[in-house]
Amino acid sequence: MKDLKKSLLELLRKTSSELPADVQKALQKGTRAEPDNSRGQYAMRVIQENIQIACDTSLPLCQDTGMITFYIHAPVGFDQIAFMKEAKKGVAEATKIGYLRQNSVDSLTGFNSGTNLGPGTPVFHFDQWKKKSVEVKLILKGGGCENVSAQYSLPDNRLSAGRDLDGVQKCLLDAVLQAQGKGCGPGILGVCIGGDRATGYEHAKIQLLRKLDDAAEDPSLEKLERHIVEMANRLGIGPMGFGGKTTLLGVKASRLNRLPASFFVSISYMCWAYRRQGVELDSKGSIKKWLY
Amino acid sequence: MKLEIPFTEEKMRALHVGDQVEISGILYTGRDAVHKYLHEGGKLPFSLKDQIIYHCGPVVIKEKGGWKVTAAGPTTSIREEPYQAEIIEKFGIRGVIGKGGMGLKTLKACEQYGCIYLHAVGGAAQVLARAIKKVRGVYLLEKFGGPEAIWELEVENFSAIVTMDAHGKSLHEEVLTASRNRLKELLSLPEFKL
Repeated sequence: MKDLKKSLLELLRKTSSELPADVQKALQKGTRAEPDNSRGQYAMRVIQENIQIACDTSLPLCQDTGMITFYIHAPVGFDQIAFMKEAKKGVAEATKIGYLRQNSVDSLTGFNSGTNLGPGTPVFHFDQWKKKSVEVKLILKGGGCENVSAQYSLPDNRLSAGRDLDGVQKCLLDAVLQAQGKGCGPGILGVCIGGDRATGYEHAKIQLLRKLDDAAEDPSLEKLERHIVEMANRLGIGPMGFGGKTTLLGVKASRLNRLPASFFVSISYMCWAYRRQGVELDSKGSIKKWLY
Repeated sequence: MKLEIPFTEEKMRALHVGDQVEISGILYTGRDAVHKYLHEGGKLPFSLKDQIIYHCGPVVIKEKGGWKVTAAGPTTSIREEPYQAEIIEKFGIRGVIGKGGMGLKTLKACEQYGCIYLHAVGGAAQVLARAIKKVRGVYLLEKFGGPEAIWELEVENFSAIVTMDAHGKSLHEEVLTASRNRLKELLSLPEFKL
């Protein structure tokens, strides 16, 4: 895969500076929903202008270029070690060019590696599949929205939330309420019901790989997704927490089996700068197709 | 409306929650590491009196022997809540720019010492970077790294909204209270149940 590094560099550039079409469409709808001369409309207009400039200049949409998280699907026998080596080179180069901010900090000393490389950064998730092609998806998720992500353990006394879908709904709306404008809304919730603490968060974040205009296959999850968006947009939190109509752009819900004793609801809150992209690679590592 | 340097107490007290301002003058970036440093008695080689601090960790690259800011939106301000009030008092800061708003301690300090909190649009790193005309200097770069250093920025028409004023009013408190009450209502409606 001699072209791999070049392709990943291009993936990093595009992800950092351009929003996928489904996200842009949802943001345009949100902009139209805000009343004239309102603070919400001001925020949405600045957001629209920002999207345009970043796209035209290949500069980061947001200065927090986030936790660099790769999701790779590859055939059996694929060399993961070689992939990680090339991807790390691509990340360091993207940082030097300025597609990415220097975002990897030693948690003990506070030392910034300056390259985005270090223990735990970037993040790789590998999965094998039966297809012959290699697919690489990338999410750049900033710290502001990561910090308002949340995990609930049901039953929850404070929320009067039991171990059922009503309880789940109370958790999701509480997370939106607590986030206010701190997660740079209008936001998107990736949700996982069940699992353990680690897999719950992991699967909540994986939901963010879905497109905003799709729907969960399970009818009760599909209903939950629509219902939460509708309810959350009645809270009046609005873009940036300025007050307004558009608080959430979407909810992407999933479920995992759980232990009888545990019932976690995990929420990965994504900001409006919903940076997700993906590519299908050919045998040389060249980009064959963009996925979003 | 315009807000131009010098940032006097009188100018700040004349502003109110909801005012949209275009700031021209100097901004100093400062976020987590800087606030902790100042709280612990750290010294600065310049004065922050009558200045505005910007909660921001920019993307800055070296270009033609100088610095160029290529992305510079606000970071979440609430993390500085334990330190901000003391820093407003001690250093005589007149304005704080960030996102997400701050708490009651900071609100009280704003009222007492004549300071305001301005909300820039989170994530709008390009729109805001365009308002930065020049990097005048950088401090604590070696110690804290690029995103956490203090960058002295010359700005022109930097857009933000006053969300906490020097009269004890906070838009964040208002929206939080209203949305909390609204949620209580929603939970009691029959349509809440799936």
